[in-house]
Amino acid sequence: MTAVNDKIREVIREGGALPVDIATLGDTDDLYAAGLTSHATVNLMLGLEEKFDLEFPDRLLRRRTFESVAAIAAAITELLDEKVAA
Amino acid sequence: MSELLQRARRVGAEVAARHAGAVDAEARFPREAFAALKAEKLLGVMVPTEFGGAGASISEIVSLCHALGQYCASTAMIYAMHQIQVACIVRHGQQSAWHRTLLQRLAGEQLLLASATSEAGVGGDVRSSVCAVEVDGSRLKLSKNATVISYGADADGILVTARRTPDSPASDQVIVAVLKDDYRLEQTSTWDTLGMRGTCSNGYWLHASGDVAQILPLPYADISAQTMLPTSHLTWSSLWLGIATDAVSRARTFVRAEARKKAGSTPPGALRLAEAVNLLQLMKSNVVAAAKLYEQALGSAERLTALSFAVAMNNLKTGTSQMAVQVVNHALLICGISGYRNDSDFSVGRHLRDAHSAALMVSNDRILANTANLLLVLKDDPGLFS
Repeated sequence: MTAVNDKIREVIREGGALPVDIATLGDTDDLYAAGLTSHATVNLMLGLEEKFDLEFPDRLLRRRTFESVAAIAAAITELLDEKVAA
Repeated sequence: MSELLQRARRVGAEVAARHAGAVDAEARFPREAFAALKAEKLLGVMVPTEFGGAGASISEIVSLCHALGQYCASTAMIYAMHQIQVACIVRHGQQSAWHRTLLQRLAGEQLLLASATSEAGVGGDVRSSVCAVEVDGSRLKLSKNATVISYGADADGILVTARRTPDSPASDQVIVAVLKDDYRLEQTSTWDTLGMRGTCSNGYWLHASGDVAQILPLPYADISAQTMLPTSHLTWSSLWLGIATDAVSRARTFVRAEARKKAGSTPPGALRLAEAVNLLQLMKSNVVAAAKLYEQALGSAERLTALSFAVAMNNLKTGTSQMAVQVVNHALLICGISGYRNDSDFSVGRHLRDAHSAALMVSNDRILANTANLLLVLKDDPGLFS
């Protein structure tokens, strides 16, 4: 889980998704309250798909999926597990 | 026809239509129509019955906007904008005591609500705010340089967007409901426009103070996605459909009169009328399907905040706004000089001017850019009835 979280933080940092340094936020802190915009959310999704080599299905393409590092990690872990099972 | 719709048609035909010309010419608030809407208790219809309203569904509200749009587009637009604000309180205010009281007052006193989302300095992006809520104990203060507050001077209350705190980023916004006694407006600009002249969408500096309880509990981003955007696009699209419907009705009467004059030959405008009716049907299908989609998603924050839902609502807006102008333009071509005249029964000049606002109020280019962004991640939907 930590490795996943670290990679998520990397994507957030590299994509410039936030006006603040992601290192100052905890895993459960609200990214939207920290300045994540709808437009930046889409870029974040694209960055995550690239980094983890997966595609978010439409059912996960909603605001709450990306509200915190922990929430993103939960979605990605679920998708990675599905990939292993398949 | 529902009883609510009968009341709206009565207000439209007997009051709004009669003053529509003067409202347009003088760019003034349609006060006669709103006095009638209040008298018919149509302002508080979306308020749930336990708070004294009629508990009208979104489909009913959409059909009321459609009805009013056929008589006076400014009246219909103000009515729509008011209902968008009421919808925010109905959907997101019921767990707050202050907003429950507001719901009772909306129904009991038929208060008219306006909105202050646009602001100088954010480049037209309503999902960003410069102004912020300043809290001191249980009191709040807020000053906003609002580039537009439609019918601000005639409203009984305003829903204002602002940053949650002076330290919050521009995108972390809340909605504060303020009532007439809570605020002062300083007018900064006037509204002398091509169409929708009766909405009196002047700019104002808004200075408000109130109780912290007046802040809606949910973040604006959620309220916007779940309620404000879908309700806006649905009510606006239906009133634009109303404008187009009345223009086609004039064209239809014109073609029939021509046909009667020369029985046996089909008038030249008849073919174009067939095209206009075809477009009108597409517009109507768009509105009805989107209203159904919204009603199916209601109550599920998951479905309402899905990107696919946002794209569907964006498409409704950009599609119907363009078609409204197309349809009215067809009506103009059919009625010819009679349609072009301002003093004929077939005049569609006001319809055309009003319809042109549709692509601009929340610019279609901005909405298309948003859709384009969402499509970068959204997957294909191969289903038909899904």
